[in-house]
Amino acid sequence: MKIVVCIKQVPDTAEVRLDPKTNTLIREGVPSIINHDDKAGLEAALRLREAVGGTVSVVCMGPPQADVALREALAMGADEAYLLSAREFGGSDTYATATIIATALKQIGYDLVITGRQAIDGDTAQVGPQIAEQLGVPQVSYAEDLKIEDGAVVVRRQFEDQAHMLKVQMPCLVTALAELAEARYMSVAGIVDAYNKEIKVIGFDDLKDHLNPAFIGLKGSPTNVFQSFGKQAKAAGTVLNNLTADQAVEAIMQKLIERHII
Amino acid sequence: MSKDIYVIVEQRDGVVQKVSIELIGEAKKLAAELGQDVAAVLIGHNIADQAKMLGEYGASKVLVIDHPVLEHYTTEPYVKAVEYVIKNYEPNIVLFGASSIGRDVAPRVAGRVHTGLTADCTRLDVDVTKYQDYLRKATSLPEEKIAALDTSDRYLKMTRPAFGGNIMATIVCRNYEPQMATVRPGVMAMPERNVDAVPEVITVDAGLSMDDMNVEILEVVHPEKKAVDITEAKILVSGGRGVGGPEGFDLLRELAEELGGEVASSRIGVDNGWIEKSRQVGQTGKTVRPNLYIACGISGAIQHQAGMEGSEFIIAINKDEKCPMMQLADLGIVGDLKVIVPKLAKAIRDYKESQKL
Repeated sequence: MKIVVCIKQVPDTAEVRLDPKTNTLIREGVPSIINHDDKAGLEAALRLREAVGGTVSVVCMGPPQADVALREALAMGADEAYLLSAREFGGSDTYATATIIATALKQIGYDLVITGRQAIDGDTAQVGPQIAEQLGVPQVSYAEDLKIEDGAVVVRRQFEDQAHMLKVQMPCLVTALAELAEARYMSVAGIVDAYNKEIKVIGFDDLKDHLNPAFIGLKGSPTNVFQSFGKQAKAAGTVLNNLTADQAVEAIMQKLIERHII
Repeated sequence: MSKDIYVIVEQRDGVVQKVSIELIGEAKKLAAELGQDVAAVLIGHNIADQAKMLGEYGASKVLVIDHPVLEHYTTEPYVKAVEYVIKNYEPNIVLFGASSIGRDVAPRVAGRVHTGLTADCTRLDVDVTKYQDYLRKATSLPEEKIAALDTSDRYLKMTRPAFGGNIMATIVCRNYEPQMATVRPGVMAMPERNVDAVPEVITVDAGLSMDDMNVEILEVVHPEKKAVDITEAKILVSGGRGVGGPEGFDLLRELAEELGGEVASSRIGVDNGWIEKSRQVGQTGKTVRPNLYIACGISGAIQHQAGMEGSEFIIAINKDEKCPMMQLADLGIVGDLKVIVPKLAKAIRDYKESQKL
């Protein structure tokens, strides 16, 4: 069984701030991490390999420095890593990103594709389903449990008010929730190993005969950013300090009565 | 020439979800600006009796796609149903609720018909003047950029948070049709219901068959307790790290009961198992906009703020006067919630007693 995990390198969003003057993201000094959902998907893939055998390949689309994320994946135990990187890929929306990744996956080969549910920078949850669509394989999103039974994939998928146990034949694609599996730490041997392994780079020239170049990158993306901005800080409220508990309760009661809440 | 706004109605076990009604209301406003109509697309099995209700909330036309393969949600049959509607009715705009179902089906549909999709929108605009008013009032965008916008632009401007709510982006899809968006539940206002309205109901045969289901449903699991929908609550008493544990949430529960509200939580309360996931507010939880949000021991990380900053009135109780929630709150109380919350619950009880005739 060949499992391919798609990961994204993302800025740690808790650290991202907007430059009030230029209205753009301040990326300097912001640490990059493997997106949480993707890392859970990778861990689940490694456990499946331990349970039923096979190989785990990792694919990451991004700039050359995204190889750090792939090295981490190798150090966790992935067998091989591919970096999809080219200037022509830049500015891709979810449709264009899925086009590029799906085209590469057809070359790499797969039985089971695992992606994270969504990335913490974009939060769209669209790339996984859109890869599945371009591959023409079934998708199961929001996996909170994943196993192989009788050669089929059995997934427990979470909805807001219910969960479905689904059985799906391979090839297929599953999107992982962060709670699917808690990621292991990199082992020392794994880290050494990671730096001895080659990261295979797939560029525009490798894919250009297998996709429509007019459907990728900034120009090929159906959606475009019209405006981006930060939110305006709202007028400051009242902060009361050094009150006794009774005074605090009185201050709250006054507001609740004033606003007809009670 | 494509026209009209189509709302893909979400039903679960035959019950239309609130987000779909919210979307019909929003679609009606946008359709008026475009001189178009609103159609609702009801997909499921034995659900046709819900069609009139969708008309009462504002859809002038309801397409009903009823087939046994649609009884429980699975991706492929629902994608096929929506694809059929898009190809045969050529809508200008298609809206989905940004629920786990909407966010599963919509990207696959967008991939199949090759168009753009904007996820998890919190605002939609057609009219540029109204969009400019919003930018001036609520954003950091400089006036010269706002004034420079072309007021004749009739594309759908889809606004959504990104980077954990640190930044907002407005997205357009100009070269492909339909323009599609998923919209966060609880963000758009519920429309008025007019029980006299009668929509045109069209039964659509989308050519579905049982073979369209390419996954097998082994089991549908409903959690035993009926999940409380905190997005419906007018008052939320919400707890964070400072609550300290499940027993701390008991104090919050007592206060919520006195106020006729519900208990909610930041991510930390859920991650620690102090409270169930369905009560989580924030970027990875739910978006709420109650009349009153009492944040107890919540520092107010940006991801949490993203889910509750639309609350009408925010009270923060926290030992740390410098935490972000204190800046966001309309009333910030620096103090120990474990002392203040029980006293407050008692004060409310006494007050209500004193008001009795």
